[in-house]
Amino acid sequence: MSLRSPIARARGLGSAKEGTGHWWHQRVSAVALLALVVWFVVSLLMLTGADWATASGWLSNKVNAGLMLLLIVFLFYHLKLGLQVVIEDYVHGEAMKIVSLLLMSGACLAVGLACALAVLDVAFGG
Amino acid sequence: MAKVERPLSPHLGVYRFQITMTMSILHRITGVGLGLGTLLMAWWLIALAMGPGPFDLVQDVVSGWFGRLVLLGFTASLVFHFFNGIRHLAWDVGLGFALPTMRASGWTVAALTVIVTALIWIAGYSMRGI
Repeated sequence: MSLRSPIARARGLGSAKEGTGHWWHQRVSAVALLALVVWFVVSLLMLTGADWATASGWLSNKVNAGLMLLLIVFLFYHLKLGLQVVIEDYVHGEAMKIVSLLLMSGACLAVGLACALAVLDVAFGG
Repeated sequence: MAKVERPLSPHLGVYRFQITMTMSILHRITGVGLGLGTLLMAWWLIALAMGPGPFDLVQDVVSGWFGRLVLLGFTASLVFHFFNGIRHLAWDVGLGFALPTMRASGWTVAALTVIVTALIWIAGYSMRGI
């Protein structure tokens, strides 16, 4: 038996059971991306017209590889959270909504993982 | 149970143009667009891992006129989402809610998008020239 009152259980996390988690994660990833995106755009500008040797040399640098992995993690997480809201807003049938969310989450995970593996391959592969 | 066709509100079509609603929908559109753009990033990274042949193919496609057009849209979307995102974060900490401020910050984001996108491309072309 719980000694907590019904109101205490209702407060805080709400019907979605995660409270402000989604909102907060979107903001945290946004702030991280502000810095990472500036670094990424500047890096790409330095690599404008670069050949393969130059570009792979850049990504072989462990600092660059690490920042690229951070960018990938925050980027695809932020993307997943954003697309989730878009789907929840515009897709109305419950079954269709769940299928869309699953496909979208899977796609973000797959593309993000492919990016991360490519980075690791360049940084550590022979 | 019969579904009653109730009027939906707000009727977006009856509003005149407002900078605030334009920025709002553009934030979402550029977000989805950038999401599709990650496929280009993935292609670039995977080609980089595969070797000079696949990498040169990406560089050739991206430096063609269509590739440049896509890259320009990608740059503008990223710059817009970046600055409008800062606008959203400011609201999240309670700043800039007065309507005149909101309109001014909206136009500021629009101007910054054009200026910074142009600067990035000028920098890109001058890097190529060197």
